Amino acid sequence: MKKTGFDEMWGGGKTRSIRKPYLSFAKWVDEVSVDEMLIRQASAEQIFRKTGITFAVYSNDEAEERIIPFDIVPRIIAGSEWDKLSEGLIQRANAINMFLSDIYGKKEIMKAGILPEDLIYANPQYRLQMTVIKPPHDVWSHISGIDIVRTGADDFFVLEDNARTPSGVSYMLEDREAMQRLFPSLVEQHKIRPVSQYTDYLIETLRSVAPPNCGNDPMVVILTPGPYNSAFYEHSFLADRTGAELVEGSDLFVKDRKVFMRTTEGPQQVDVIYRRVDDDFIDPLMFNPDSMLGVPGLMDAYAQGNVTIVNAPGTGIADDKAIYSYMPEIIKFYTGKDAIIPNVETYRCREADKLKYVNDNLEKLVVKLVDGSGGYGMLVGPTSTKAQIEDFRKALLKEPHRFIAQPTLALSTCPTLTDSGLCPRHVDLRPFILTGSKGVNIVPGGLTRVALTEGSLVVNSSQGGGTKDTWVVDENNIKVVEE
Amino acid sequence: MLSRTASSLYWIGRHIERADFTARLIDAGLKFDMLPFSESPSGIQSAFEASGATLIYPGDKAKAKRKQIINFMCFDESNQSSVISCFGKARHDARAVRTALTREVFEELNEAWLNFRKVQNAVKNDDFGAFVAWVEDVVRGFEGALHRTMLRNECLWFIRLGAAVERADNTARLLDVKYHVLLPSKEHVGGPVDQAQWTTLLRSVSAETAYRWIYREGLVAWDVAELLILKQEMPRSLAACISEINLILSRLRSSNGRTGAADRKARAIENKIKNNNINTIFQSGLHEFLVQFQVDNNSLGHSIAEQFLF
Repeated sequence: MKKTGFDEMWGGGKTRSIRKPYLSFAKWVDEVSVDEMLIRQASAEQIFRKTGITFAVYSNDEAEERIIPFDIVPRIIAGSEWDKLSEGLIQRANAINMFLSDIYGKKEIMKAGILPEDLIYANPQYRLQMTVIKPPHDVWSHISGIDIVRTGADDFFVLEDNARTPSGVSYMLEDREAMQRLFPSLVEQHKIRPVSQYTDYLIETLRSVAPPNCGNDPMVVILTPGPYNSAFYEHSFLADRTGAELVEGSDLFVKDRKVFMRTTEGPQQVDVIYRRVDDDFIDPLMFNPDSMLGVPGLMDAYAQGNVTIVNAPGTGIADDKAIYSYMPEIIKFYTGKDAIIPNVETYRCREADKLKYVNDNLEKLVVKLVDGSGGYGMLVGPTSTKAQIEDFRKALLKEPHRFIAQPTLALSTCPTLTDSGLCPRHVDLRPFILTGSKGVNIVPGGLTRVALTEGSLVVNSSQGGGTKDTWVVDENNIKVVEE
Repeated sequence: MLSRTASSLYWIGRHIERADFTARLIDAGLKFDMLPFSESPSGIQSAFEASGATLIYPGDKAKAKRKQIINFMCFDESNQSSVISCFGKARHDARAVRTALTREVFEELNEAWLNFRKVQNAVKNDDFGAFVAWVEDVVRGFEGALHRTMLRNECLWFIRLGAAVERADNTARLLDVKYHVLLPSKEHVGGPVDQAQWTTLLRSVSAETAYRWIYREGLVAWDVAELLILKQEMPRSLAACISEINLILSRLRSSNGRTGAADRKARAIENKIKNNNINTIFQSGLHEFLVQFQVDNNSLGHSIAEQFLF
């Protein structure tokens, strides 16, 4: 094993030894051959394909449906580590909701001079419409994914916030089910904290934020762009597990400022829409007029308080990477406490002195578009060629306000199965946080994404990333089960 | 239930039934051509004609060779009714309405689609039978999954409704194959070639044994027609299909209270069949009867779509 950076299994520094949460797993690794592991991995992928856990890549040939590579080596987190993370995630999710409520409401954070006004008002993700609409129960980002990276035993950082429509939760659940099928006794002896309750939390969350006047059995639907969307499997999976109706824009219509779906029995009123469609596309009358995915008049019904949209429109501003750089101040402002999970140090290129530093050190830094996602519009200095860096420099200097930069982090690695055995690969972690009218819920762990290419730091599935099951284990509680 | 969901389920039922029938029909055509004294038009061409696929065939249908016909009806994605198109569309619809299906049902359709090209590539010139057997397997697996795992509710009924409407149409087309295929000039009605053709037709829909159970005497054309048109106990007879359609419509009626043109048309067709006998049908022309049935059945399909707001 190459001795660089922190490894989830081996730890870091000079004294590398198997970390406590991995002790029992390491024993299992010793007993099982690589060939056996590869066979099990292949059978897992076959099951994913058979059950249709695929994502579409945009091309003409439908056979181009792919599965996201699944790695059978779990990422194991100690219970004590998780408990602290979880507290930090809840704190952050609460702060994000208060922030959104404030910038679309009283605007106290701007009045207090904590962050520049133009960063809010000139932001394309700031939805003016939301200053006159009150989301039911004042919940804005009901479902958020907060990406966490690790660089050392006690060094966890938030890499970015996803407050729009974070995806991947179906993989978190399917990966666990796959591990249970493939390695039942290994799973049993680790006493892993369960995640399957996520879908119960989800439907409870969705029901809890229904408009107050809709009665006590709200109709909840999941709005998908349709089977050609790359995350369609997840949409249908969530509908399946929650019992919510899976609808497309054309299944819904607005009448008398209420939303209805077209059923075989005639129109039926809808109370809560968990939309997996971006703001720009949800209502052609209010946003992008060319959208075929949305529902004309939806925002009007929403303004009237007749339907809840989850997440609320306008939450995307909290994803903005320039806003992100203020998150420690934002958390302090609303909760009165320091952020439990720190941010990664971030240079805002909109500020002249920072821009100069970034410009002088491009080859050492990671530079990102403030509104980019999916690993696009991003420069990883140390692994880029001179030409790539120079191209990027031009874009940066042309519109510096659109970029932020961060030091290149030595993301932790986790052993990952390759044809030549277990090798370290970089990982991150996306926990999913649910906020309803009765508070915040979170399941232990989340989705671990892994960069399958040696040395790569890009974990996005659209760019060759894979997933791992994430185990939160109470390290003193692992039992060795007799076969 | 969402109207879009109902529509997708209904069409899953239709497409799977159509895929099964198309494969069987070609098989029957090929077997006709194995009989001695076959003349033009050949068995495969009459199957082609009866399926309705000649109406959309891009080339000159009279000149179409066996291989081209098989390719067009089974493997050509530009033909909306080819077996591959049917499986593809059923799988697409199944993905879109996955939440209305059990895992088992979805997996049958998904696997059929995933395996299709592999199976197709294995088809050699003279073992088309293996392909037909595979299609039949898929369809049986799908129906078994429906039967064993689906709740007895609207989801299942819409699939069954689609299947029954399609099956009625298919049976009518199958019987009509005999109209298109000419007897060799020296053969006479009721002679050995005529009989062999009827046997092939029966066998293609796995109904030969059923025939022997019901009819003591040897094979006679009007008994075959009676079996496939009027016998309630024969699962793909027109009578059985239309009864099933009525039964399903009445269940949907009691679950969602919607009634309309589809109910009226289905009852009218059922009455027409019940009050008929095989002699009258033959006297007024079997072909004409079958064509009229297809027209009525088609119109029923449109009314179903309207009634359930597809």
